[in-house]
Amino acid sequence: MALRSLTAVSVLVLMAACSPKVETPAGPVAIMPGPEAAAQLQKALIEAKPGDTVLIGEGTFDFTDGLSLDVDNVKVQGAGQGKTILSFKGQTGAGEGLLITSDKVTVSDFTMQDSKGDGIKSKGSDTISFKNLKVEWTGGPLPTNGAYGVYPVESKNVLIDGVTVSGASDAGIYVGQSDNIIVRNSRAEYNVAGIEIENSSNADVYDNVATHNAGGILVFDLPNLKVMGGHSTRVFRNKIVENDTQNFAPPGNIVANVPTGTGLMLMANKNVHVFENTFDKNKTAHVMVVSYSYEYKDETYNPLPRDFVIRDNTYGEGGNDPQGRLAPLAPALGGALPPIVWDGVTRYGDKSEDIRIVVREKPEVGFVSLGLGSTPIDLAKAKPSPTRQPDADIAEPPAIVLPQDGGV
Amino acid sequence: MILAADPAPKLSDYGFFTDAGARTPAEGVAPYDLVNALFSDNAAKHRLVYVPKGAAATYNDTDVFDFPVGSVLIKTFAFAPDMRQPRVGERYIETRLLIHKADGWAAYPYIWNAEQTEATYAAVGGKQTIDTITAEGQPLQIAYTIPNRNQCKECHQSDRVLQPIGPKARNLNHVGPAGVDQIADWTRRGILTGVPADHPLAELPRAFDASLPLEGRARAYLDINCAHCHNATGSASNSGLYLGWGEQDPTGWGIHKRPTAAGRGSGELSFVIEPGLPDASILTYRMASKEAGVMMPELGRTVIDDRGVALIREWVASLPPAPGK
Repeated sequence: MALRSLTAVSVLVLMAACSPKVETPAGPVAIMPGPEAAAQLQKALIEAKPGDTVLIGEGTFDFTDGLSLDVDNVKVQGAGQGKTILSFKGQTGAGEGLLITSDKVTVSDFTMQDSKGDGIKSKGSDTISFKNLKVEWTGGPLPTNGAYGVYPVESKNVLIDGVTVSGASDAGIYVGQSDNIIVRNSRAEYNVAGIEIENSSNADVYDNVATHNAGGILVFDLPNLKVMGGHSTRVFRNKIVENDTQNFAPPGNIVANVPTGTGLMLMANKNVHVFENTFDKNKTAHVMVVSYSYEYKDETYNPLPRDFVIRDNTYGEGGNDPQGRLAPLAPALGGALPPIVWDGVTRYGDKSEDIRIVVREKPEVGFVSLGLGSTPIDLAKAKPSPTRQPDADIAEPPAIVLPQDGGV
Repeated sequence: MILAADPAPKLSDYGFFTDAGARTPAEGVAPYDLVNALFSDNAAKHRLVYVPKGAAATYNDTDVFDFPVGSVLIKTFAFAPDMRQPRVGERYIETRLLIHKADGWAAYPYIWNAEQTEATYAAVGGKQTIDTITAEGQPLQIAYTIPNRNQCKECHQSDRVLQPIGPKARNLNHVGPAGVDQIADWTRRGILTGVPADHPLAELPRAFDASLPLEGRARAYLDINCAHCHNATGSASNSGLYLGWGEQDPTGWGIHKRPTAAGRGSGELSFVIEPGLPDASILTYRMASKEAGVMMPELGRTVIDDRGVALIREWVASLPPAPGK
């Protein structure tokens, strides 16, 4: 075999292979900011072995491409939300800042800024945790910002804990087509939708703050997706207040239809329990329960919200300046919407259902069913009525237990 | 070497070629090509297959052939100063390997040196600026990106398992570089077994052959450029937008389908395909972008496939508009 002299490329590769990340008895050394940091971090994520922690040190790191992790049982950990800043302002490639496609992963303790697409996405992950981290778009709420901040999709055993998202042009914290979910102790502000649970099952959303979004919290079920039939979600002990940012979603996205000033919007879905939340200063309505009222082609889909319990919440000012599709009905209701609004749709196609929307609040808490009857809706057919439905015994889903959070 | 746990540091370590520049395949390494190739920034692509002697891949009507352990798919990406004469002054940029190991497929990128004598394993990929003239005569500077290993898998997967994309019956079924029917040639060489005699084999139309029907050309283009992610088990399974050749449901392949998670990639439009109206269709909007967060595919290209955009626009324009529009 002929001797080959080392070319410049080979030397660089050799240097990169002698990674500065050296294993010491104390554990891995943190990757520090610098011109090679992006390549070093991606290399560490590729070469991680199950059980490893990839440490990111203090400072600001600049990325032009998205990062990705596909190794099970890895922690990706910064030096702290305010200390490790991952900036994607110069991003030219990939659909997100960090894409995770493996199981038993925890990401924590950093801030991600200005990703061109989504922030941190997990696809198909089993046991994924996002903790003590922030995803933000630093230019404020703009339609050119990425769509989702923290974005587990088709995942299960999802924990979002101590996360802050700001500026997302769709939903800040978005859990899609997933199962067994906790979103807690988190803050969503200046997004279009603060927190969204979509086409998912078995979710607890609690002790969060959703403020200054266009819509605070959404629980949606949509047609024509791989995972359908969202159900069994509890939304409790959240502060859903002052959601007053003008909806800035790019038109064409479903979330662009969330009226500015919505506290909690529940669309389609089954077995959703809303309790002990504080609602205040949501100018359209605090709680909107609606059917999916756009045209669609999907034989398997049920667009109606069924089996909801709304109880023991605190309602402050709101409903005083309703926006959106249902707003033209407000004058007939005295100019404002009451805290709880149901569109009153009980029929779709040739099917009809006995919808149970149970409201267990003090009598002075206003409620209206708009009596729209069938979907797609026609406002001319509205028959508003303040009469609450009879009480019904709808069992509350049990508390979600996750393997990474004290469960087995 | 092929079945070792770790990638070889140099492409030449595997012995797939008899020369340092990898222009001459070794025995048992056969060039092949596809009816339609994925657009990769106008790169020329040289594909080769190696199947261990005495073993063969098993034919499949619709999916990637089942290759035996020890098989390797080799793909070199190359540019010439003028792509209208692609072999003149051709330079190899990268060679990607897909190796079928005992525990599954592995993807390894190798980057060529400037002297064209050696390609070195590059786990994190790389970037190169390439100046060329396209096949249409347009000067083009490309910020070309060699993928990292994770990015290989983002396209090359089904249900989270890494696998090849190209070697399917419908992509191989034509006269290949050997100058003969490729599937018959693979059987003759002992690379492939199980080709049925009792029914015709699937065959994609050539996407840019204007003498062929438009619908088949467009669906074939989408199959090779999009469907590896946009199918029920690929990276974009959550979108519900399934662009494979076999997708039967028009809503599934985008007719009046609303965007799922496109964000500003929707271009403020409402539907993936608005029949008759390419300017109102998210599909053509995203194909015509090269901006991160908007462009589709989101991996594997940095420039726009102008021919592809024109083809899909023409096809969408030809679709009968919905009644009442």
